[in-house]
Amino acid sequence: MSGSAPETATQAAASPDTVMVDVRSKAEVWGLAAQFSTPAGIYEAAKKVRESGYRWFDCHVPFPVHGLDKAMGVQYTILPIIVFFGGLTGLLLAAFLQVFTNSVEIDIWALVSVVGYQFEVSGKPLISTPAFIPVAFELTVLLSALTCVSFMLFLNKLPCLYHPVLKSPKLKRITDDRFVLVIEAKDPKFARSATEAFLESLEPERIVELEP
Amino acid sequence: MTTLPIDHPIDELSDDPRQRAPLVLNHDEFGSVTADILRCNEAKKPPMAWYIAFVISFALMCVLGILVGYLVVTGVGVWGNNNPAMWGFPIVNFVFWVGIGHAGTLISAILFLFRQKWRTSINRFAEAMTIFAVVCAGLFPGIHVGRIWLAYWLFPIPNQMDMWPQFRSPLLWDVFAVGTYFTVSLLFWYVGMIPDLATMRDRATSKVKAVAYGFFALGWRGSMRHWHRYERAYLLLAALATPLVLSVHSVVSFDFAVAQLPGWHTTIFPPYFVAGAIFSGFAMVLSLAIPARELWGLKDFITRRHIENMCKIVLLTGSMVGYAYGMEFFIAWYSGEIYESFAFINRAFGQYAWAYWIMVSCNVICPQLFWFKAIRRNIWVIFIITLFVNLGMWFERFVITVTSLANDFLPSSWGWFEPTWVDVMTFVGSFGLFMTLFLLFIRFGPILAISEIKAVMPEADPHAHHGHDEEARQ
Repeated sequence: MSGSAPETATQAAASPDTVMVDVRSKAEVWGLAAQFSTPAGIYEAAKKVRESGYRWFDCHVPFPVHGLDKAMGVQYTILPIIVFFGGLTGLLLAAFLQVFTNSVEIDIWALVSVVGYQFEVSGKPLISTPAFIPVAFELTVLLSALTCVSFMLFLNKLPCLYHPVLKSPKLKRITDDRFVLVIEAKDPKFARSATEAFLESLEPERIVELEP
Repeated sequence: MTTLPIDHPIDELSDDPRQRAPLVLNHDEFGSVTADILRCNEAKKPPMAWYIAFVISFALMCVLGILVGYLVVTGVGVWGNNNPAMWGFPIVNFVFWVGIGHAGTLISAILFLFRQKWRTSINRFAEAMTIFAVVCAGLFPGIHVGRIWLAYWLFPIPNQMDMWPQFRSPLLWDVFAVGTYFTVSLLFWYVGMIPDLATMRDRATSKVKAVAYGFFALGWRGSMRHWHRYERAYLLLAALATPLVLSVHSVVSFDFAVAQLPGWHTTIFPPYFVAGAIFSGFAMVLSLAIPARELWGLKDFITRRHIENMCKIVLLTGSMVGYAYGMEFFIAWYSGEIYESFAFINRAFGQYAWAYWIMVSCNVICPQLFWFKAIRRNIWVIFIITLFVNLGMWFERFVITVTSLANDFLPSSWGWFEPTWVDVMTFVGSFGLFMTLFLLFIRFGPILAISEIKAVMPEADPHAHHGHDEEARQ
């Protein structure tokens, strides 16, 4: 379009440059990252960010900094309760498996006819509880562990194929020796320049703007 | 809190109770820890010794593959197993490898629950060792069934014969115990590695590496909200793996203890087997750690103190094993059972006496040398002792399995077991499989738990550092 170029030029001339930049970046910015070099630095910063009322923020650290989750106000995870039910499922599954295959002769329909078997061995009771304990224990542990890992990943939304923090080439040292606090743009309190000034007051090494 | 003044430098071997010995030497920056641990992974070429070890291991692994193929097409007659010694090398090797596989999860789980921070430097490759040892262990019962295409009979799968496995048999408990142990150890190992794989992904110099490590790192970005759940998951896995690691060798010992044979039918077996497993596992960790820390330049992370601590555990578990040997003899005599008494006298003075005395000298006498501080601090002596311990623990399983089978109740049904060359080379070949996997891991994987090591450095504590700063300002 022939008309578009002059139009943009007039717009640029009409409005102050700063506003233009602000408007454009407001649309494109995903969040602001402040990089610290010590665990103490990010610990203090996280406390202040939380106290100032931000909620959509996160700390990215190379190892779990002791007490940082509390300072950020992270809610205690529900994972242990889920794992308990995973273990219970394992226990019940083991009880069913052993009683069905060794103690009763019933037919269940699982695509084809599957029949249990009364396994009589040297006069032992058909339901030999002591002999069924090892497998019950093992399946309890197995299902607890599988639940534990899968739900840890699920609650963390992993595997994650794409994330703005991973995209930025300037934040490659998160997994090495740098501690990065990110405030997301979707936080109701987020305002491009005010948040940047606030982060600046926390004395980070540098501030990086994250693209979505 | 008052602190007593310390007037001498604290090194890693210091026994001064006023100050903990440092776990990481010569590093006060996290970045240099990452760089130094990964130096050999990121180098273009590994040390020459790696190539030599790899070629030998790979050749042995090929021998294993060929012999398993030979077994499958020929039949179990290629082994020395006979009637009455139905369980020959395959079961001896199975118990040996499962035993080795105990140290990794013990270090990662039990020492973790006991808050033994020194475990961080050795847990990763001990876990790797566990996985590879259990792979070797799983191979032997699999091929011992003879017709390996029927190995699926081990599992409760609905089939055309309408037959189910017998859940009152310890052999089936074994399938579940070893299967669960392998799965849980693998999960523990992998979950522990995710943050370190992310580190390797972010430091990768080529696209191929970045994609490969990135695939396994699952998009880990070190979010503290993730770490929170991750740490709980790790703790839960440790709590689950602790009874598991104690149960696995107990279940393996039931294979023997539930049978009626003299020398097997004893209640001491589960704790005795577990102690033996930890004993052999730690010996194997030491045998691998000593050359690895030398070649990979990890002396600042696996310090002489770590080695010394492991020696102490070898001493403790070795003494427990020695006690169990003595107690077995005592109970055999005290029970007044002629078959039981005979089984033990026969072990010590019968036709397999040579194996028994190799076992006693390697497992009971050798580790007692670790009472001496000078020996716990001499790398070469430790290395040799641990090799003897590994040898002794293999002979322990040989003595238990073969002597009881070969000479049971009726002298008319006694026999004699002699391994064939296929037996011996299959066992040697399993070391090839184990070492090949281990060498590949230390070349391409994070050999130490990088993020955990950083977390136990004094610099990692946000409060200590903060307090220190304030002191400096005042």
